[in-house]
Amino acid sequence: MQLRTLQKILWSAAAFATLAFGLWQFSQDRGPSVGEQAPFRPTFALPDAEGQLRTQADFEGKYLLVFFGFTNCPDVCPTTLAEVAQVMDDLGDQAANVQPLFISVDPVRDRALGLAEFTGAFHPSILGLAGDDTQTRAAADSFYIHYERQDDTTAPDGYSMSHSPALYLVGPDGEWLRQFSYGTPAAEILADLRSRL
Amino acid sequence: MKTQIISTLILMAASPAIACESTTFGDLSIANPWSRATIGAGRPAVFYVAITNDGASDDALVAISTPAAGRPMLHETTVTDGVASMPHAMSIPLPAGQTVQLAPGGYHGMLMGLTAALKEGETFPVTLTFEVAGDVTVNAEVLSLRVEGPDCETDGQ
Ligand SMILES: [Cu+2]
Repeated sequence: MQLRTLQKILWSAAAFATLAFGLWQFSQDRGPSVGEQAPFRPTFALPDAEGQLRTQADFEGKYLLVFFGFTNCPDVCPTTLAEVAQVMDDLGDQAANVQPLFISVDPVRDRALGLAEFTGAFHPSILGLAGDDTQTRAAADSFYIHYERQDDTTAPDGYSMSHSPALYLVGPDGEWLRQFSYGTPAAEILADLRSRL
Repeated sequence: MKTQIISTLILMAASPAIACESTTFGDLSIANPWSRATIGAGRPAVFYVAITNDGASDDALVAISTPAAGRPMLHETTVTDGVASMPHAMSIPLPAGQTVQLAPGGYHGMLMGLTAALKEGETFPVTLTFEVAGDVTVNAEVLSLRVEGPDCETDGQ
């Protein structure tokens, strides 16, 4: 009898833990406002460091690893770009099928500071894109991500940017596949890509 | 043979020397002070460290200063509803008996107004101001832009 009660307690604890873990995973993987079921194709038209307009159509047939950030971001942004760099190194020959993109949410300042210099310091394959306000907002909207300028008198130039820190994976046909939440280890991103390539 | 492997391991672990060092200051132990190399001096740099409070009472990290930057400040990266921002942290609590990490994606020293670019392999002094314990200066090692932290032996740190 006593064992029965204990078993019941254990089973309900296990069920609760599973449910809690599931909910936690859901909250971790969920994009800010992405409907999980509806497949979508993000679009963008943004100039690269040389001023050449690049769109999603230029990368058809390749997987895209897309990160929105700003170069004045010494904490979150280098961590993700360093992981992307590691993934690209570890992919070896398969790296030719993957294009990492860094889309600036602070395009005017990033252009002034040097966009290509920044992305190149992490990995030569990372392409930096920085448009005007309209182009940037349109690209972010199509990925369902948020960014915002935050006035902050203590920050350089009196402002900082808040932004979605996840890394997004787009398939060779342009379809949004998934996001890697901030802090996903490079090995996990690598394993995911290898399973698709 | 075994000894040789072990000494090789020790040698490898010894390479990022400063970033793996630990300084004792009263009841506080300050470990792994490090930073990332910067591209020029126009963008802010970062400062990370692990602080253990072995004392019986709480303390707090309230400020940092360094000759490497004109406007160093404590920040905390927070992710709310999938959006990351990094507000100023007035004070980083150091509860008695606990270790608090300034580490990527959380608390960090934000080094604005760099006097010069930080180059990999260099070190620079950072003075930590604690609410109770006062000031102590440690040397931070500049690591590659691509590392996620110093590669130290996990034991003994
Ligand atoms: Cu910061």
